[in-house]
Amino acid sequence: MGFLSKKSQQVLTDPLISNNPIAIQILGICSALAVTVKMDTAVVMTLAVMFVLSLSNTVIAAIRKLIPNRVRIIVQLTIIASLVIIADQLLRAYMYDISKQLSVFVGLIITNCIVMGRAEAFAMQNPPGKAFLDGLGNAMGYGLILITVSFFREVFGSGSVFGFQVIPQAWYNAGYSNAGLFVLSPGAFIILGLFIWAQRSLTKFEEA
Amino acid sequence: MRSNLYVLGFMSSVTIILGILLSLAATSLKEKQDLNIQLDIKKNILRSLGIPKDRSQKLSPDEVHTLFDEKIKTIRINEQGEEDPQGKLTVYVKMENGKPDGYAIPVSGKGLWSTIYGYLAIEPDGETVKGITFYKHGETPGLGGEIEKDWFTSNFVGKQIVDKNGKTVGIHIVKGKVNPNDKDAAHKVDGISGATMTGKGVTRFLEKDILMYAPFFQRIRAGVN
Repeated sequence: MGFLSKKSQQVLTDPLISNNPIAIQILGICSALAVTVKMDTAVVMTLAVMFVLSLSNTVIAAIRKLIPNRVRIIVQLTIIASLVIIADQLLRAYMYDISKQLSVFVGLIITNCIVMGRAEAFAMQNPPGKAFLDGLGNAMGYGLILITVSFFREVFGSGSVFGFQVIPQAWYNAGYSNAGLFVLSPGAFIILGLFIWAQRSLTKFEEA
Repeated sequence: MRSNLYVLGFMSSVTIILGILLSLAATSLKEKQDLNIQLDIKKNILRSLGIPKDRSQKLSPDEVHTLFDEKIKTIRINEQGEEDPQGKLTVYVKMENGKPDGYAIPVSGKGLWSTIYGYLAIEPDGETVKGITFYKHGETPGLGGEIEKDWFTSNFVGKQIVDKNGKTVGIHIVKGKVNPNDKDAAHKVDGISGATMTGKGVTRFLEKDILMYAPFFQRIRAGVN
């Protein structure tokens, strides 16, 4: 990534592992549990969050000096909510089946703590270009966890990846069966917990 | 600290700009969304009538339109259950080799949080459930939202909407599992745990809609239609 300065690169890549919004900051758990049963929903959700988060960060950073301090949270929310509605409308128009599966969870991006958190913590103090990268990086960090969790949930829970059967029929004939637990929310909790554990022992992160 | 007037002005302009953007997005995408909704409705009518046979098979949009045009005859009936182009009730008839092979009727009503929409299909005998689908609802995902899942809808297949005396009774969703020794087991299906209220709502509107179409199915059982 030669076209980015070292500092900007860090803004983009830090949230992937070392400051991951889900694994380190434990934000956005609700939707991480809800949309990770299948990989395709997890990927689409990631794309929607990337769209909302990078644009909301950019817009808020661009007008940050104009936003009156007293009403800043409301302004942030209005912008985020509008972007979420646009994302939802686009999904309904172009990916109807998946938007039906995601049901309320696209709308709930509005209340996703990551989006508000980045607006308040980063976009209000930084120029739009950097805020865009920060938004993109955080959305990718969120997506990374979502897609990994959904991979394990789909393989163990439904025996497939992106809807394609990967566990051979012979295994089922030999008595193997899908673990229904992974389709349910507790399965996501367990995988997410293991993930956070592995990630924290790798990065030697300790809660202050 | 900025003046109140500035805050008012700023908020008004933000609201107006975003409002314009949102209405633009909504109007420009409406046509495409409506097409999707139409397609989804056709897909659900077909599914309730057992097309495709393998429930996990996915149909492409073109296949849905072709199959719908090929197999489904839409008829109107009046309150007496007679075929009548001016009738208020719609029936989707699945035709197989020139003979009816199932009738799908629209069903809808209140669940717990939302209005639920679906299609109930009855076998050509006029009393056995062929299939059911729910395609639009706002119930809680994972609880009431499970009504649209195959594990729930497949329980309806083979159930009876009329009792031994020929009285239309509807299909009842019970709390928990259906007792197989229950003499009314043929009219009952397993409930969803954590979604008793949704089940009650579905039971209520299924009964209401089945009763509305009862004269039609009575004529079919009598062999008039």
